[in-house]
Amino acid sequence: MIKIDGVCKWYGSHQVLTECSASIARGEVVVVCGPSGSGKSTLIKCINGLESFQRGDIVVDQESIKSPKTKIYKLRSRVGMVFQSFELYPHLTCIENITLAPQKVLKRSRDESIDRAKTLLKQVGLSAHGAKYPSQLSGGQQQRVAIARSLAMDPLVMLFDEPTSALDPEMINEVLDVMVDLARSGMTMVVVTHEMGFAQRVGTRVLFMDAGVIVEDRACSEFFDRPESDRARAFLSSIVRR
Amino acid sequence: MSYRWNWGIIFEQPYLSWLLQGLGVTVALSCLAWAIALPLGTLVGSLRTGPYRAIRLLCAWYVQAFRNVPLIVQMFLWFFVFPEVVPKAVGFFLKRQLPIPEFTMGCLCLALYTSARIAEIIRSGLEAAGNGPRNAALASGMTYYQAYRYVLLPMSFRLTMPPLTSEFLAIFKNSSVALTIGVLELTAQSHQVESFTFQGFEAFTAATVLYALISWACLGIAGAVNRQLSNAGGLGTEVAIK
Repeated sequence: MIKIDGVCKWYGSHQVLTECSASIARGEVVVVCGPSGSGKSTLIKCINGLESFQRGDIVVDQESIKSPKTKIYKLRSRVGMVFQSFELYPHLTCIENITLAPQKVLKRSRDESIDRAKTLLKQVGLSAHGAKYPSQLSGGQQQRVAIARSLAMDPLVMLFDEPTSALDPEMINEVLDVMVDLARSGMTMVVVTHEMGFAQRVGTRVLFMDAGVIVEDRACSEFFDRPESDRARAFLSSIVRR
Repeated sequence: MSYRWNWGIIFEQPYLSWLLQGLGVTVALSCLAWAIALPLGTLVGSLRTGPYRAIRLLCAWYVQAFRNVPLIVQMFLWFFVFPEVVPKAVGFFLKRQLPIPEFTMGCLCLALYTSARIAEIIRSGLEAAGNGPRNAALASGMTYYQAYRYVLLPMSFRLTMPPLTSEFLAIFKNSSVALTIGVLELTAQSHQVESFTFQGFEAFTAATVLYALISWACLGIAGAVNRQLSNAGGLGTEVAIK
């Protein structure tokens, strides 16, 4: 489904990604973790072309990001993305947030989009909040609306960029529950997160990154039981200590 | 030597009609210029934050040129110099065939000057809206045009209502500079009343009151638009808090 092939990225002379390679199959839930500044967010933003990179290639559903033939907007419409700070459109209600892209990008009818939005809001447990504006919702609720907004595009794969890092502790679980349901329904997911509990429950693989390099790429259970690198061992023990 | 007050003069004919005609020209000049400046300024401000570096630079130059040259100098340039430097046929058209040349060139000048100022306001609004909503819109497959049209500009207009209101008030006052190229607007007509009657204080007081009335009316309009936009939390409150 996604093939990352030798991706390198520099900001000026500072290299943020070094020879990153990985492939992600349909239905996998890949957890990307590592210390801050290790290039996790940058890497997943490369997958839908929000960040550019200088060397290597990424192929999503047989379409190369770098190929001039690829219509990047088309490709993005099939890759959902959820952000750390939600990024709901503040001037639109929840329903309008969810129906905007389906109407404008996929050219679906208004009624069809609204029906779908209502189903999705129900799925994330927010049926009663469709007419509210984002500022009237809690952080956890906003993030669930943001997930519903991405799902409304019927994506092939969902990218999550630290979806619970900006949330109060008591709201983290309501978002994780939605993500676990999504993973169990067979959605392909790439999740940058520090929630190791989530990784252990539904993760199929872990990419452990440090200083722009994918240090480990292993099945979840293996990674948590016997991390290979010292760096990963140190990272895991620091997380457990917390 | 003493000044003989005569407030009645401003209600006598033909002076009253002169003042009212001047008021009409001021309102027409300002509103027409605004109707050109708002879309043009929005376009330039948007392109200044857009994806193309060359266009960003070009728009920056546009803003610098029109914002940094005093309005009165621009009036002279457009009216006296511009027809001389363009090809002969165009110059001839501007000098001899253009209907109401002072009004037309004054309006154009005022529109371009104001559009540069509006461009800066819109740009600041777009920057205040931040990268988050832009990324969210692009990630959902919207083109840059769609992201600006449906997400970024609506946010920007809400965030910049106060400075846009000031600019709308300013255009009426700036329109008085057009008297220097012979547009008989409110200030010019007051001056004419003074020349005919030697009742300068009364004439300019009348003009002051009329300008004040225009400003109050504008504030009323702006307030109504603002209320319309700031429906239930939709004014991007969380953007403001960020």
